[in-house]
Amino acid sequence: MFYREAGQFKTSYQADQAIFPIRQDLYAYIAFLAVAFIGVPLLASDYFLSTLMLPFLVLALAAIGLNILTGYAGQLSLGTGGFMATGAFAAYKLSTAFPDMHLIIVFLLSGLITAGVGIFFGIPSLRIKGFYLAVATLASQFFLIWMFNKFGWFTNYSASGVISAPPRTVFGDFYITGPQAAPVTKYLFCLSFVVLLALLAKNLTRSNIGRKWMAIRDMDIAAEIIGIPMLKTKLIAFAVSSFYCGIAGAFWAFLYTGSVEPLAFDVNRSFQVLFMIIIGGLGSIMGSFLGAAFMVLLPIFLTNAPHMVGVEISVSTLSHLEAMVFGVLIIFFLIVEPHGLARLWQIFKEKMRLWPFPH
Amino acid sequence: MKLTTFALGLAAATLLGSSAVQAADAQFIGSTVYRTGPYAPGGIPWADGFADYVNLLSERDGGINGVPLELEECDTAYNTDKGVECYERLKDKGSTGMPAVMPLSTGITYALLDRVKADKIPLLTAGYGRADAADGTVFPYIFNPPATYWGGADVAIQYIASEFGGTENLKGKKIALVYHDSAYGKEPINTLKALAEQHGYKLSLFPVPHPGLEQKSTWLKIGRQLRPDYVIMYGWGVMNATAIKEAAAVNYPRDKFIGIWWTGNEQDVIPAGKAAIGYKALQFNAIGADFPVHQDIIKYLYENGKGSAKSPDIVGQAAYNRGLQQAVIVTEAIRAAMNIYGNAPVTGEQVAHALDSFDLNAERLKALGLEGLMEPIKLSCSDHQGGGHAQVTQWDGKTWQSITDWITPNEEMLRAMYEESAAAYAKEQGITPRSCD
Repeated sequence: MFYREAGQFKTSYQADQAIFPIRQDLYAYIAFLAVAFIGVPLLASDYFLSTLMLPFLVLALAAIGLNILTGYAGQLSLGTGGFMATGAFAAYKLSTAFPDMHLIIVFLLSGLITAGVGIFFGIPSLRIKGFYLAVATLASQFFLIWMFNKFGWFTNYSASGVISAPPRTVFGDFYITGPQAAPVTKYLFCLSFVVLLALLAKNLTRSNIGRKWMAIRDMDIAAEIIGIPMLKTKLIAFAVSSFYCGIAGAFWAFLYTGSVEPLAFDVNRSFQVLFMIIIGGLGSIMGSFLGAAFMVLLPIFLTNAPHMVGVEISVSTLSHLEAMVFGVLIIFFLIVEPHGLARLWQIFKEKMRLWPFPH
Repeated sequence: MKLTTFALGLAAATLLGSSAVQAADAQFIGSTVYRTGPYAPGGIPWADGFADYVNLLSERDGGINGVPLELEECDTAYNTDKGVECYERLKDKGSTGMPAVMPLSTGITYALLDRVKADKIPLLTAGYGRADAADGTVFPYIFNPPATYWGGADVAIQYIASEFGGTENLKGKKIALVYHDSAYGKEPINTLKALAEQHGYKLSLFPVPHPGLEQKSTWLKIGRQLRPDYVIMYGWGVMNATAIKEAAAVNYPRDKFIGIWWTGNEQDVIPAGKAAIGYKALQFNAIGADFPVHQDIIKYLYENGKGSAKSPDIVGQAAYNRGLQQAVIVTEAIRAAMNIYGNAPVTGEQVAHALDSFDLNAERLKALGLEGLMEPIKLSCSDHQGGGHAQVTQWDGKTWQSITDWITPNEEMLRAMYEESAAAYAKEQGITPRSCD
């Protein structure tokens, strides 16, 4: 009824190729952004911003990174945690070595450094495929974490191997790291970055390079025969993916926790991000957000839910219950829609176009 | 399908809208514990000890200075992300918020460093966390009584020296450190290196990657190649029992093998069976249920079915007493704050202020029924450590037997190291150390 595109004529190629070809989608998107940028900071509590929204946004960014590599280019990777750690440690080294460097530049540079590391570890992808590549990237995960643990230079020789974000402002008196930073500033900074990078990722996947990635994903031999350069295209996928993961890692260390040890980016983090894109939807930017929301917000909701409705259960039972319900929900969603939440959303939209008169 | 999405959305909306209601005049105490997850076997008795002591104060004394207590636990599963969420959830509860936070994990401690400073809530780390937080001028909201990892390393070396008949005999001896390759395990390295320079022993490092189930090659090197005169272990969870079993497999004498307090739980040695007999561990609290406080806990809680642990046998275990000791420090700090600000619920800032002149002396310990369970703790504005005493215990197959008196670490040397490390942190973070005059 409301979701009809009747009367929306596209008169140019530009209009035809818009990210949101249906006008209602565009309006919904703008409204959603308005809520995220204006509504949430005005209404939400610090708890909501700093423990729900920040990790959600950061992990969504990491999920976009992995989705580019795994979902679009078809290169299964288990090195996300290692790349996030690279970003975090690069940001730490840069910001302590050059205290006057602006934090935005620090984040971008640490993303670029991670992209370099990603290219290096992406080289084997030319010969190794599928699960074997997953094992090769798993090696990068363990190697990188080991390296940050082993060499004191990365942590400025701190006794415990923990890095702490130095306090920095984004402009004026608005601190985004350190104890003076308000959750709202952190949230808005993180949100702006994530929105811009997500838009960039969306457009990348719609461009020439994105189609090359998908060609490789769908059938690499065919892609090679039609003239897609394998090495270059795969390495670009690794570079872009690592760039995103690196920035996500730097955000995790600088904006979310403030200080981290390398173990915060262990193999469990890689699995967490991989599950996000599997549940959210492979090959979908939207799916990265949905998956991150599912993996970050749902467990917290499950632990808080019984308390809210007035049921008192001991914390250990609650914790076990959370794990069980969460597990059941993962299985449920994968059975209902193996292609993830993004596909579910797509089906929902298609039904909405016909609603309430399906015939 | 639509219905499920809708239901989920609705559920999420309720999450945002509601908040728990709490009694206005009670003192809230938030406790972050891990009763689940990979380290639960060590976390459960700690949580029980903590909860039992707080509940004992409620049942026996009606709270602290007449102010009723309200304890809420939050399960972290020893996961840093969950720990941060727990802290944020608990920090504003009760009428005055959380008076202090005990993260019970080095990872969570680091993640909270900035947050507690902003929220003005004291962070108490009993035997874990940042050792250099002992310097109260740089870390005004962090307190680490009764002991630090660096102090523990010094105590271990002092004990080893006494085994060899004095520090002069350490020259040329070989000492190995087997450690969990994480922030926690790496803490003692600098101390042990500094002491090696001082006493002339040779230190070999053996990092064990998390979780530590694979130590065959480590122990082959130790038992067959290096054959050190003593092994020190900073292990964690399943790594401990594995290390003890591997030590037995290469026939490395267990009585030349000493671990830090987190390797000295019943849960670490019982799985190793007979192999663990003779193994030693440092403790910053006494072990056993023979203290008056335990009798009260049994009488007021367990006999009325109000105990936290599944069975009263847990009472007096190593980890249980550690949790109890942490509860003593927190509740006494709250009491000290109430003595300054009046008998009403206190805020974190007030407790932090009270902790700057905290004095838990022998007389007070005796009155609390804790004489011999722990050593007195005296803090000041600049010294947030307060003693660091530890004793050596040995596993005899059934219980931990205390085999030394309380050993005091070399405060002079450690203090200099704390200050040096804290100054480096302050420089990096742009912190101006506060004046303590």
